[in-house]
Amino acid sequence: MRIVIEITYLVSSVFFIFGIKYLGSPKTARKGNLFSSIGMFMAIVITLFDQHVLTFEWIIIGILIGSLAGVILALKIPMTGMPQMVGMLNGFGGGASTLVALAEYYRINPNYPLDRGLVFNLPVDQGIAIIMSLLIGGVTFTGSMIAFGKLQGIVSGKVIKYPLQHPLNLVLLLAVMTAGTYVLINPGLISLVLIITFVSLLLGVLLVLPIGGADMPVAISLLNSYSGIAGSATGFVLGNNELIIAGALVGASGIILTLIMCRGMNRSLMNVVLGGWASAGTASTAAGDITSIKGDVKSVDAEELAMIFDAASSVIIVPGYGMAVAQAQHAIRDLTSTLEKKGIKVRFAIHPVAGRMPGHMNVLLAEANVPYDKLFALEDINDDFQNTDVAFVVGANDVVNPAARHDQSSPIYGMPILNADYAKTVVINKRSMNPGYAGIENELFFGQNSLMYFGDAKDAITKLTNEIKAL
Amino acid sequence: MFMEDLTFLMHIYVFVLAIFVGFELITKVPPTLHTPLMSGSNAISGITIVGALLSAGLEQFTISTILGLVAVIFAMINVVGGFLVTDRMLKMFKKKE
Repeated sequence: MRIVIEITYLVSSVFFIFGIKYLGSPKTARKGNLFSSIGMFMAIVITLFDQHVLTFEWIIIGILIGSLAGVILALKIPMTGMPQMVGMLNGFGGGASTLVALAEYYRINPNYPLDRGLVFNLPVDQGIAIIMSLLIGGVTFTGSMIAFGKLQGIVSGKVIKYPLQHPLNLVLLLAVMTAGTYVLINPGLISLVLIITFVSLLLGVLLVLPIGGADMPVAISLLNSYSGIAGSATGFVLGNNELIIAGALVGASGIILTLIMCRGMNRSLMNVVLGGWASAGTASTAAGDITSIKGDVKSVDAEELAMIFDAASSVIIVPGYGMAVAQAQHAIRDLTSTLEKKGIKVRFAIHPVAGRMPGHMNVLLAEANVPYDKLFALEDINDDFQNTDVAFVVGANDVVNPAARHDQSSPIYGMPILNADYAKTVVINKRSMNPGYAGIENELFFGQNSLMYFGDAKDAITKLTNEIKAL
Repeated sequence: MFMEDLTFLMHIYVFVLAIFVGFELITKVPPTLHTPLMSGSNAISGITIVGALLSAGLEQFTISTILGLVAVIFAMINVVGGFLVTDRMLKMFKKKE
């Protein structure tokens, strides 16, 4: 039976690999997801035949509760809530790793339930795996829950600073390592293992708390990676290759996304992890920027704007987090089809860090039935802005700020931006003149070819569409 | 001190090779699918369900059973929620008719 089980795990791992491979194209992606879920189903079923699995009542209860909760979550969550959904799921994965590592430790420790001082032999490699599993799993669990809270608005999405932030985290990490080393020497010490678990959980909270809302794409990707690595660590604890493989795949995926997000903001991973972009220092720079920007803001109303759009032959729409907040994706789709009926070419330019997680804008526009071949990544469309009549910026700000190109004192200097300002006319839809996340004034708003179209994105765009139809 | 045979080293082998496979596969995923990639890979990380089942199904009822039970619940939310929500998203990705 052992061999059958192992071979099934191998086949299941291959299903995961094909599952991710098919995610490489929108045409095969659904099939890929099906492959992965078949792989998971196989792994679950065959594990029930393991010789160590002897009672089933708790398993059945757990599977029923977990599945039910999973189904409800997956079907109820609106598409705009996807970042927090992903955040929460990351957390459950990490939590499961911590719990399994702890359960395995208790299982092999003869001192349970009391510290009876019995010496037992915990192989160093397995011991390290348990400690890593507790640490990474614990950080992933609480870190993801804080990220979830921030995205859901339960926890403040601002950069939360606390005294001695970096030294404190370093001390806690060293504490885990010291306690871990001690556990390797004397594996029977249950209390130490519990301390490691607790400190890891605390560390997750402290690490994510200082990360601001717009840095969430990086944080979520990184936590996604952690959840995978935690799974691998659990695989080392149990000596199970499938956990190691599946965890490594997810870990790699998260790391790649994290790096893409960091590149999209021109910031190092350390810089994001250590937190605080809009810190006190940059706030003063921002104040300086406002006075340095010259020129007037030209505002435009729906009727006037409708004529500008009507006269255009090509339009590029630049969506940002503001579109998600206003749930304006459907209104934008209506605008798009209205313009297309008039023979105007409409495309979308998606900045890698637009929104709160990788691909956030793409999912929202897909929900509104915007075909994915109208959506272009920064490097594929940036040269086309100069030949475009109208660039329409909806709820995006920092990702179109030209200061990133030339103003060395700007906190976003060097960040790759969409060249919306190169278009013949730039129309910016915003609720007010409030600066964006980075707290810096956007000189795009004051540009010669810029027009501000104030109002809530959904209402303003619906109004605009009606005006265009009326022409 | 270490596990007698080279099992652990073999696991490291598998881990390192799997990371390379992961890098190869994931660099080919287009940005438009990054969100489904995250939620889908997330569901895969719910593979810890295997460990959770082993703990929850132990013969004797101990603290490990309780920890295992909670782990089964967590991992199952991760698996079922992850795959379902990914499918819900992927259904929406359409090319122009």
